[in-house]
Amino acid sequence: MMCDDARLLLHAYLDNELDASQSVAMEHHLRHCSACAAQHADFLQLRAAFTQASLYRRAPDALRVQWSFPEPTSAANAAPARTRRAPIALSMAAGFAAALLITLPAFYALHRHDNANLTVEEAISGHIRSMQPQHLMDVISTDQHTVKPWFAGKLDFSPRVKDLANAGFPLVGGRLDALDGHDVAALIYRRRLHVINLYQWPVSSETAAVSVSQQRGYTVIQWTDEHMRFVAISDVEESQLQQFVQLFRNDAVSPLMR
Amino acid sequence: MPSDFRPPASTPRRTHFEVCVLPYLDAAYNLARWLTRDDADAQDVVQEAMLRAFRYFDSFRGGDARVWLLAIVRNTFYSLRAKGASDDAHESFDDDTHGLIDEQLSPEARVLLAVDVRALHAALGQLPHPLREAIVLRELEECSYKEIASITGQKIGTVMSRLARARERLKTELSRSSTEACRHDV
Repeated sequence: MMCDDARLLLHAYLDNELDASQSVAMEHHLRHCSACAAQHADFLQLRAAFTQASLYRRAPDALRVQWSFPEPTSAANAAPARTRRAPIALSMAAGFAAALLITLPAFYALHRHDNANLTVEEAISGHIRSMQPQHLMDVISTDQHTVKPWFAGKLDFSPRVKDLANAGFPLVGGRLDALDGHDVAALIYRRRLHVINLYQWPVSSETAAVSVSQQRGYTVIQWTDEHMRFVAISDVEESQLQQFVQLFRNDAVSPLMR
Repeated sequence: MPSDFRPPASTPRRTHFEVCVLPYLDAAYNLARWLTRDDADAQDVVQEAMLRAFRYFDSFRGGDARVWLLAIVRNTFYSLRAKGASDDAHESFDDDTHGLIDEQLSPEARVLLAVDVRALHAALGQLPHPLREAIVLRELEECSYKEIASITGQKIGTVMSRLARARERLKTELSRSSTEACRHDV
């Protein structure tokens, strides 16, 4: 590869847009051309500078409120949740739809008592609260051996703390919070410019299936491992939060990582 | 600008809209804010873009709602800007005249980049719109080349060369401001 070609392709390489053979050619060129390697280093530095959070301009609350629904928080306010299912019903055969509509209120009644929805609501509120200035962290550390002991004496359980920096989810700190009537440990991770809050508290049930829900632009993933309830919330893409949860759980069962 | 607009009462369509589109409100605002460089203007653009999105939501045939919404935000910005016809409204951009500059980042600029986000902020604001939107979509929204091409209506090759030019320009700008900062100190 010649430097002239490399000048342009360098950016595609940086952006992970080259195919395998071009990537190999570029890596080879960068090893042998100090000028292009220096360019590459400069642009890596530039990219790192872009991850500073203040560059990303989030929508003001007023705008968000204007375009958000009031969420159904009580039994009296069940209608919006039911309408959310209406398009599915309409797409079915008419008789089937009628049958489905009759069962919907019962279906909803069953779900209403499930406090998972309430937890999602509270998790989102907690996450939004945590994004206010000075609210995010009580202990600031990227070291799991600093964060974990910090919780000792503040909670009646010892939270699981993992550093997933190698996978692109660096741990940045921890905080005490309250969720669903419990005192909970909140771990704060970052994914590029995004914040991930991971709440945990002990429960009596052994395990529960992973549940994923989305509300107000946030993804919430809940699960239970070894008598510990976990709720992860973030505005990252759902697939990335899934990956985070997977990594955290995998790590948790691997004896080598303890 | 219909800033007192309230979306209509809850309907299945609106609920569907909220689920599909609302998650990308931050992305919409970020792009609008970087294009307009002004809070109030950005809110106007997003407000108008959301109205358009809501109006055309029936024509949205699945796919990536973020790309769809960002394309609307971008079009809204350019159409409102043309209507306003401000002094720089006819900023023309020729992909061929903005060549690559062979310059390396000075050590001072490297330090500046690491410590002073304001310098990058200012340099980014100075880029011509076609370069600015490309780099904002790439670095802040983490869009792929294909997504940027789809949002901006450009070919992938154009996206690549604009990103290259945007980064070269930022580098040059940062090197310049670091030199000025040094002079100022002396």
